[in-house]
Amino acid sequence: MSDAAPAIELKGISKAFGPVQANKDISIRVMPGTIHGIIGENGAGKSTLMSILYGFYKADKGEIFIAGKKTSIPDSQAAIAAGIGMVFQHFKLVENFTVLENVVLGAEDSGLLRPSLARARRELKSLAEEYELNVDPDALIEEVGVGMQQRVEILKALYRKADILILDEPTGVLTPAEADHLFRILENLKREGKTIILITHKLREIMEITDTVSVMRRGEMTATVKTAETSPPQLAELMVGRKVLLRVDKAPAQIGRKILEVKDLNVTDSKGVHRLKGVSFDVHAGEILGIAGVAGNGQSELLEVLGGYEKATGSIKMNGEEIDLTGTKSNGQSRRARGISHVPEDRQREGLIMDFQAWENTAFGYHHDARYQKNRFLMDNAAIRKDTEEKMARFDVRPPDPSLPAKSFSGGNQQKIVLAREIERNPDLLLIGQPTRGVDIGAIEFIHQQIVALRDQGKAILLVSVELEEILSLSDRIAVMFDGKIMGERMPQDTDEKELGLLMAGMTTEPRGPLHEAVEAQLATAGSGTAKEV
Amino acid sequence: MDVMPKWADVVLIPLISILLAAILSALVILAIGENPWAALKLMVSGALGSTYGWGYTLYYATNFIFTGLAVAIAFHARLFNIGGEGQALIGGLGVAVICLFIPWPHWTLALLGSAIGAALFGAAWAAIPAFLQAKRGSHIVITTIMFNFIAAAVLNYFLIGALKAPGMEPATPRFPEATHLPSFQDMFNFGETTFFRGAPANVTFFVAIAACLFLWILIWKTRLGYELRSFGHSESAAKYAGISPTKIIMVTMLISGGLAGMMAINNVQGEAERLVLNAVEGAGFIGIAVALMGRSHPFGVLLAALLFGFLYQGGAELALWTSIPRELIIVIQALVILFTGALDNMVRMPLERLFLAMRRAKT
Repeated sequence: MSDAAPAIELKGISKAFGPVQANKDISIRVMPGTIHGIIGENGAGKSTLMSILYGFYKADKGEIFIAGKKTSIPDSQAAIAAGIGMVFQHFKLVENFTVLENVVLGAEDSGLLRPSLARARRELKSLAEEYELNVDPDALIEEVGVGMQQRVEILKALYRKADILILDEPTGVLTPAEADHLFRILENLKREGKTIILITHKLREIMEITDTVSVMRRGEMTATVKTAETSPPQLAELMVGRKVLLRVDKAPAQIGRKILEVKDLNVTDSKGVHRLKGVSFDVHAGEILGIAGVAGNGQSELLEVLGGYEKATGSIKMNGEEIDLTGTKSNGQSRRARGISHVPEDRQREGLIMDFQAWENTAFGYHHDARYQKNRFLMDNAAIRKDTEEKMARFDVRPPDPSLPAKSFSGGNQQKIVLAREIERNPDLLLIGQPTRGVDIGAIEFIHQQIVALRDQGKAILLVSVELEEILSLSDRIAVMFDGKIMGERMPQDTDEKELGLLMAGMTTEPRGPLHEAVEAQLATAGSGTAKEV
Repeated sequence: MDVMPKWADVVLIPLISILLAAILSALVILAIGENPWAALKLMVSGALGSTYGWGYTLYYATNFIFTGLAVAIAFHARLFNIGGEGQALIGGLGVAVICLFIPWPHWTLALLGSAIGAALFGAAWAAIPAFLQAKRGSHIVITTIMFNFIAAAVLNYFLIGALKAPGMEPATPRFPEATHLPSFQDMFNFGETTFFRGAPANVTFFVAIAACLFLWILIWKTRLGYELRSFGHSESAAKYAGISPTKIIMVTMLISGGLAGMMAINNVQGEAERLVLNAVEGAGFIGIAVALMGRSHPFGVLLAALLFGFLYQGGAELALWTSIPRELIIVIQALVILFTGALDNMVRMPLERLFLAMRRAKT
């Protein structure tokens, strides 16, 4: 370690929200000119810590030193003044402003805009050259892709003379190529002496780009290690507090008969946007079909149509029988009656009623089932409760208390409640969207095992995920969606993240030609926004 | 994890709110040069000090139970039915038609008939805003409040036209003897001592209690209640589960309107024994406060309705025996509504902090 003062030093930071101790006596030293990763499960306290550093929250206890000097950061203005810039997970941009206007917003030189804009334009140009941070200054934010939006956020921070850059889960919305581009930018920034704090829950990113990594668990800093001296299994163990299986162990698939047959599915939403454009595929018994793609390319609509709450044209056959897609009887109830279970992408908005108790959620969607009725008029709440207790035991839901409202469970345990409800119904087909989003590593392992176990019972599974790693490790066959279409199907053993990444960006990978390589190269260097722009 | 124990939420917060409203009311009474302690004593003795007072308190409470339940059931489906006033007016029309045009042999049958009539008329009046909300997305707050005005006009039309009794007054003829409901005075007459003499409370109070029980079962024990609570908590989740928003909005509003309409059994058939203009007298709006204070729970509504019944009767006594003007009594009622309904969080937040500090001190 050099003699230089740390760029940031936190000493004994504690913060409680009500009864929850979000940060407990946290100390950390971030050396200048390094990329420092902070890794931990959801709810480990990473975001709270960074919010304290950025002046959103006030710590109950503890001190902050910036470049060796004790600093108080009561609000984000003070953080900016201290040279700290933050790129949030959810961007804070004005959609109908241009890139340039967004960069200047809040940092204008005077009451008149024109001189500020001119200065910003010059500076953006030099920043772009220096760091590969190319943006179109005159494009409207709503018209550029997420990749560029993120670069605008970084530029905003640099324009405000930030020396320390905090990025909160920056790759969540990016394609693999865009993520690579971002990492190159971060390397450039580091070379110029900037300090970067990268918050993530992805082990791969930590290993790839950071110099030092700090691990958080349950509000505490459990370790800070040099990245070169650690390994993913060790980090995972530090995060979870026990040994974790990072791979999914599964036997070869025993493919059976055709369960689901989708032909030429089309969806146009209420705004007239064509969301699904002639999607066709099959899913067989004993098979996991993984649908890869960047969020917002039609996967959600596909699940909604299959789940019965989005109208569509085309044909869906379940067990060889045609499903009604437009009638008034086409709803979640009729789909469940056909043997389709659905773990929705957004469990907090769809899969659960957060204010309902766990037992009430267990009957959700199946509240017409005969086993849950006492007589023609009354539901058998005692039976539902008992059923919930059994499910909670089998799926290791913690705490196993059916009377707790869904919102008081952690993300992983909420997902287990949904999963228990849908899997235990013994469906022919399980639709499952983003099974491990916002789920802690320990629970991810369990959820993956459950999905594979269901497959091995000869059920058909349609898996939608934006996590490529998840798609690659779970799927028996992979289809990639882009712009409402299926770009191609691959077998997981014959493909890799790079090829899937290209498909996700809307390019077909065969036949490969010079043109293709040129585009690929351009994508790699320019990283032009989202897949949609390509 | 909940910050506060349930009893604090259900009992302590309303009590503190009422206390604050009482303190503020006392200051207002002081400011106009009256004695708040004497005023309170008069209110209590006037509303609760005699069976006569109780008879009025329970009569008002019966009205508020019906309108409060109407708002409460709609709240569970996250629908804000402000139209209780109009639905109760039209319910009155239903009661009048049933009582005037059908020759009832006995009051029990007449009660059954008018209950059905009142509920049907009230439900029909709520059905139009409900349909507009479900199918056209017209906001139910706007449409139900508009329908209050239309209801008043409709009632006007009938009371100076088809249903008008001979004479100068815009009112229906008196209902036939056989439809008259037994008042508490009739029911609790034990020869030498007669309770509730001259008070308007009548058998409808027991119908209201039954309605509370019915609604409690409906909300917490039936599939329909389950579906409507699901819809109320999360429309997107309800769609996922295959619950039809249209069905829930329609059914909930029909029940809500029906309950509001049933208030007319009490005030039209039970008390006035004829239908007059503006028979509801604002009880539809009080129902909103009652539902808020009762946390949309049928038993909470019952308790809150009793409190407001007390305020109404106590307030009337104040106006009668002191120089405190009638308007000030409305101010007092408004303060209670303000504190128990709108300013709920003002009490809740410090209380939550207090409980938190206590819990932390313990650990």
